[in-house]
Amino acid sequence: MNSSSSRAFFSARLNRIRALVYKESLQIVRDPSSLAIALVLPFVLLLIFGYGVSLDASHVPIAVVQDSRTPASEGFIASLRNSRWFSPKPYANIHDAIGALKRQDVEGILWLRENFGRGIESFHNAPIHVIVDGVDDNTARLVEGYLNNTWQTWLHLRAQRGRLSSPLPAELQVRIWFNPDNRSRDFLIPGLIAVIMTLIGALLTALVIAREWERGTMEALFVTPVSIGEILVGKFIPYFILGMSGMALSVLMSRFLFEVPLRGSVITLALTSSLFLTTALGMGLLISTAAKNQFVAGQIAIVFTFLPAFILSGFIFDIHSMPPFIQAITHIIPASYFVTILQSVFLAGDIPKVIIPNSVALALFAVFLFALILRVSRKRIE
Amino acid sequence: MAEPDSPEGLITANRLTKTFPSPRGLVTALDDITFSLKKGSITGLIGPDGAGKTTLMRLLAGLLLPDSGEIKIMGINPSKDPLSVQGSIGYMPQKFGLYEDLSVQENLDLYASLQGVPQDRREDLYVPLLAMTGLSPFQKRLAGQLSGGMKQKLGIACSLVHQPPILLLDEPTVGVDPVSRRELWEILKKLVSESGSTLFVSTSYLDEAERCNEILILYNGKILGNGTPEAFRMEVAGRGYRAEAPGQSLRVVEPKLSVLPGVVDTVLEGSTVRVVMDSDMPPSVPQGLGKILLHPAPPRFEDAFMSRIKKVTRENPKTISIDRLYPKHSQEQKNIPEKPENAIDVENLVRDFGTFRAVDNLTFHVRKGEVFGLLGANGAGKTTTFRMLAGLLEPSGGKLIVAGKDVRKAAAQARQNIGYMAQKFSLYSQLTVFQNLIFFSSAYGLSGSLQKEKIQNSLTFFELEPYRNVSSGILPLGFRQRLALSCALIHEPSILFLDEPTSGVDPNARREFWHIINALAIVGVSVLVTTHFMEEAEYCDRLVIMAQGTLLAMGNPEEIKEKTRTPQMPEPSLEDAFVSLLSDFSRTQGDHQ
Amino acid sequence: MQRLLRIMRLVQKEFLALLRDKKSRMVLIVPPTVQLLVFSYAATFDLNNISYAVWNEDTGIYSRQLLARFSGSPNFKLVGTITREQEVAPLINNRKVLLVLHIRSNFSRNLLSSNPATIEALLDGRQSNTAMILLGYVETIVNNYTTDVATARGIPTPIAPIALRAWYNPNLKSRWFIVPGIVGLLTLVVTLLVTALSVAREREEGTFDQLLVTPLTPLDIILGKVLPGFVIGMVEATGIIVLAVLIFHIPLRGSLEALYLGLFLFILSGLGVGLMISSLVSTQQQGLLGAFLFLVPSIILSGFASPIANMPTFIQDLTLLNPLRYFMVILREVFLQGAGVSILLPEYAALLGIGTTTLLLAGHFFRRGLR
Repeated sequence: MNSSSSRAFFSARLNRIRALVYKESLQIVRDPSSLAIALVLPFVLLLIFGYGVSLDASHVPIAVVQDSRTPASEGFIASLRNSRWFSPKPYANIHDAIGALKRQDVEGILWLRENFGRGIESFHNAPIHVIVDGVDDNTARLVEGYLNNTWQTWLHLRAQRGRLSSPLPAELQVRIWFNPDNRSRDFLIPGLIAVIMTLIGALLTALVIAREWERGTMEALFVTPVSIGEILVGKFIPYFILGMSGMALSVLMSRFLFEVPLRGSVITLALTSSLFLTTALGMGLLISTAAKNQFVAGQIAIVFTFLPAFILSGFIFDIHSMPPFIQAITHIIPASYFVTILQSVFLAGDIPKVIIPNSVALALFAVFLFALILRVSRKRIE
Repeated sequence: MAEPDSPEGLITANRLTKTFPSPRGLVTALDDITFSLKKGSITGLIGPDGAGKTTLMRLLAGLLLPDSGEIKIMGINPSKDPLSVQGSIGYMPQKFGLYEDLSVQENLDLYASLQGVPQDRREDLYVPLLAMTGLSPFQKRLAGQLSGGMKQKLGIACSLVHQPPILLLDEPTVGVDPVSRRELWEILKKLVSESGSTLFVSTSYLDEAERCNEILILYNGKILGNGTPEAFRMEVAGRGYRAEAPGQSLRVVEPKLSVLPGVVDTVLEGSTVRVVMDSDMPPSVPQGLGKILLHPAPPRFEDAFMSRIKKVTRENPKTISIDRLYPKHSQEQKNIPEKPENAIDVENLVRDFGTFRAVDNLTFHVRKGEVFGLLGANGAGKTTTFRMLAGLLEPSGGKLIVAGKDVRKAAAQARQNIGYMAQKFSLYSQLTVFQNLIFFSSAYGLSGSLQKEKIQNSLTFFELEPYRNVSSGILPLGFRQRLALSCALIHEPSILFLDEPTSGVDPNARREFWHIINALAIVGVSVLVTTHFMEEAEYCDRLVIMAQGTLLAMGNPEEIKEKTRTPQMPEPSLEDAFVSLLSDFSRTQGDHQ
Repeated sequence: MQRLLRIMRLVQKEFLALLRDKKSRMVLIVPPTVQLLVFSYAATFDLNNISYAVWNEDTGIYSRQLLARFSGSPNFKLVGTITREQEVAPLINNRKVLLVLHIRSNFSRNLLSSNPATIEALLDGRQSNTAMILLGYVETIVNNYTTDVATARGIPTPIAPIALRAWYNPNLKSRWFIVPGIVGLLTLVVTLLVTALSVAREREEGTFDQLLVTPLTPLDIILGKVLPGFVIGMVEATGIIVLAVLIFHIPLRGSLEALYLGLFLFILSGLGVGLMISSLVSTQQQGLLGAFLFLVPSIILSGFASPIANMPTFIQDLTLLNPLRYFMVILREVFLQGAGVSILLPEYAALLGIGTTTLLLAGHFFRRGLR
């Protein structure tokens, strides 16, 4: 093939891809359901998660029972009231408080026994009894942690004021990096972005290609001189752009509406996101080669991409705490690598040792998926 | 490069075989097919649904690989080099290959780009294409908003943007009304005469065969014949008759004629019965049949088709006795003398969708025991009317009495007397034949031993016994149709609604079907049919033709034909009549606007 | 009587249609099972294998004693020992460890001399929840150690140790919290899928028209759709409850009547929502999308994983419309707190209200769709 004919070949190919991309863009703009999945769904999900999901407890209702009122007990309760974690409710006796706990009016009971004040003054045991509702173990543990914290702070203050000279034999000092206020929203929202990108990349792409099969347009495309690679590229480009727009929307919302810090660079974010989006699109395209109707494609996409991205990516649940065989599964879920990257880029910054290995994993996924797609897709009806 | 001995435009297929796996084992879609097509002609690929037409088209377009055998298109094998073939053919799949979210112009642009048509040549190509297909005024309209006929025209235009020497069209006329169908064929004819293209068109409408230069009959995956329409007609020349039976009901006479020795085919045609013989010997009508007048009839393609099929299938025609299926009605008929009574009364019927009036002041009556047809172009309001009659849609105004019950007040009672068979033979595809029958009979309130007896009778009558425990979704098309009919008749309804009951069905099965319908009409069941299919319309006692929600003409097929008899058209067919009535109507509408 | 028979046939047909088809059989069985297992194992707030590093500048015995308590804990996994402050940042930044324990050189000395001896815990806060739980673990170990040291030296512990008792879930196991929730979640998914897609499928296949021309009334048809959903929902939920008790050893302390009354009412409202979606959509795909759009918010806003009490007020108000919210309460109270019928009356009332409203609305849309 001489150079002019190969140039003509490539320009023809470029023309065909351009026509396909243009067609796809028109369809996206005119079909409200694609736009809904790509832009409205992320918006709603971010709102629900941003406002609805918080694993931190604040103003936890807690029953307080004082067997006897002393300056010490009053002081401790005051410091409890001042913390943002609790809203203490006084109860006359422990039986009332237990009733309230059973009715779920309060999440726990703080019971300052008869000898509380004296215990403090005389350096003896000051029995504090705490009863929590253990059903929601997470909240229970948080309540315990916060109570401990408040208690220690109060002791410390007393010690400083000179009322208590003998401190603990050993005390714990805590420094929490990256998220000193420990806001769960700050780590949930970056993870959510991975879920949203999966939704656009895999679910939406699988659905639109299945639709082409259903409506018979795929058959019509197949009898033109378009090659299968060109059809794939023609799908890839517009949905890539759509996915990146969804990403941009999500980042803007998390930055300005939810005030999640973005400590890494936008460039890193953009590069790693495009890498992940490529794998997500790869999954969508792969699903659509197998499933030729929208119903099946949608189900496969939800079960194999959306749910894993939700549960097994480390987005909500810590991967290291899962049983080994489930941890092994998380290694084949691209979203788990992306969630790690996102949490670092948002909260910690561009940390090469985190970004690079995880990006390499994503790139390997992308290469693998597209190699597989090219192998299995043929320009045939069967 | 094309070999010198394979002239451009020629398609050859040599010993093609193609099978598909199915739940019931391998299905042979094409069985050892060999043929070649002439350049610059229209070849019709004729056969009922499931004959293998689409498989053959897809093989030619390089979308499927044959199990064995070889195809050459302009000397190139599409199985080996699909891209080169696909660049030089136009192909229109059966489902519209159109993007409904894109406008007419955008669809054309897309296919032009994909086929590599240079930008500067496009305008010159578009203008004649749009003019030919009549789409010029609608360039900006979204394809999804076009009517069925216009979509098909746009599909043709899109497959022609690169001026392919070969055009493959897979059932371009299915679901299209007769007017649009006629226009589509005009376009195809023009294409061949003006550009010398080679067209390969598949269809299940036998009457379209006559419009082709060459015909290839495909039946059960085999080629049953190949030749010009003229050659096919000559085969049966002198063997066709039109039988008249003055004073007798043709519905009674026709089945009796069909079992006479030497008769290949009988079919109702308005006020006569067409009889086709297997030799030049005229039928010998026994005395018992009463007075039968036989006139020789000019041969037509369908006669040849039927006699060829009969040679393959060799099934002995049987006399149909409806008694076991309809014990109730045969009793009634013996006891109660015939009294004039309407099965359906429609008076001033109106239906609005928003501001659009789909049915406008419609009035007609269907008598007891009558086969009544509802015809009209796409969008004429016949489906809306039909759905209102069946109680699926509420009328906006007017009176609607079905089986003596006001549908608007006593819908449930009215429905007890209705049998309904939808176009797609809607059955629960996951349920077996028997389970479907159990379900529908229970839905109509049958139970106990009566139910068992009815179901057994249906299974026997429709010869469904061997399929009793087969899921209805994998039944062959003909049996699916039988099951749908048996479900619709299980409660012995006095009125039967049929929505395009035999479109695409094997002509043999179609005749069998109509024999049953005729027998039902004889025992007093009224039948309402909507159809695009002129052959089905010929079975009707009376029919109405609708346009834009109003009634355009009403009468028996002869009366309708009579309306359009002109010196230019001394012997109009029902389709001719239909087309000319509609075009007259749209002309007057145009004048008013 | 006649009518009852017709409805029974409708129910029978519905079951055959669902169970004879391999694909829909799979949809009913495989995803719930997989989800139950994966969710139950994966969705846990308990931490295991916490990777940590030690930066010990103290040479005394006390620091070693304390650190032995960490390395001896099954929850902690020592990844490395460091000697310089500069080594801390890379370890945490690169996610090698979640925690660095820093013990200063004067720790043992201070402990002996009753000066405050400090241990510094440096935590990765990127996953705030994990950090918070981890901190709790660290505190427990440190507190236990200090108490032991004090007791060993014969001095009364100068602080008031907080005596914590966690009711209902004494070991604070996440699984006890998550698995009962999954019962509700999966029941909702199954009932929604069964109903939301069934009418749409009949529409697509054309059998819906066939059904409508029979003398069956819309009420019959709705009943014919609701009853199979009920049976399937009940059977699946029972299966999941059995698995929860047998495999995951979740205590079932309350009365079965209370549980099944709740289940009954919950399925009622799930079916109502499913039918409502079903009567509004025309294709299975839209049905799937509608079910999805309902499921995601209702799971998130149910208190399944995060407490409703933590949400902003307007979202808390919104959760009042969510049937899953009430069922979560019923499930956890019956499973863990041993609740009986009487204590759950408000939840039952809410579910009954949501169920009847959605069913009535479904019937309304259903009939309107016929016009």
